[in-house]
Amino acid sequence: MARARVLIRPKEGILDPQGKAVERALPALGFEGIEHVRVGRMVELEADDAERLPELCEKLLANPLIEDFEIESIDGGG
Amino acid sequence: MRWGVLQFPGSCDERDALHACGLSGEARLVWHEERDLGGVDAVVIPGGFSYGDYLRAGAIARFSPAMEAVAELAADGGPVLGICNGFQVLCEAGLLPGALLLNDELRFVCRQVELVDDAGERLSIPVKHGEGRYWAPQTMLDEIEAQGQVAFRYAPGQNPNGSARDIAGVRNEAGNVLGLMPHPEHAVDPLTGSTDGLRVFEAIAAARV
Repeated sequence: MARARVLIRPKEGILDPQGKAVERALPALGFEGIEHVRVGRMVELEADDAERLPELCEKLLANPLIEDFEIESIDGGG
Repeated sequence: MRWGVLQFPGSCDERDALHACGLSGEARLVWHEERDLGGVDAVVIPGGFSYGDYLRAGAIARFSPAMEAVAELAADGGPVLGICNGFQVLCEAGLLPGALLLNDELRFVCRQVELVDDAGERLSIPVKHGEGRYWAPQTMLDEIEAQGQVAFRYAPGQNPNGSARDIAGVRNEAGNVLGLMPHPEHAVDPLTGSTDGLRVFEAIAAARV
């Protein structure tokens, strides 16, 4: 089983209201100088066949029109 | 005219859609696990939160057996109307161009809005959604505008969610698949303030007769 982590985030240039809301809240808590906050999703999974993960991401986990994704192997895969 | 109204776990507007369709023909519910639409002429994918909106609104509903049947109906030229979550499902399924994103102000909006259809007619129809910001790349927006695929826009100054170019509803290239964020099924009785939504259902029924 290969363990993987998929990171999904809104594409650059698309307004991310969640990121903006987080960014606006930070100064009130004393965190200055934080910019370009983007909020996405993280999916962890175990797969028999890691080769098919990109296809799975494009078809379901991410919407390639509006989101970018990255697949990371966890603990070296296996 | 025989209408089928899809019902997913988490749909919540199927009863109003059933009522609205019933005003211009017969209408029945189609459970999401049904692979056979039972010979209906047209399908409505109603609003709600299909499969809890998990992952992304509409992302999981598109893989349901009933949606396979809807895709076949659409490919054969059958009319398909997606309202709100139904619009999101149709975009996720690739049956309509673009995507629906979180409203720009992050607020769930629930109010009556004025729409303008592609003939310049105004309609007063309610919206109620948190993820209704229509978005597509600039080139795709240019393309759908040039091909007359923008069916409804929010009237000037009434865009409730930051939708690109005030787009409230689009159709596919062939013209038989239509999706919109506002709810025509909630505007079919004078009791609730407007009957303009009837025109959306009647136009589909008239085109089919």
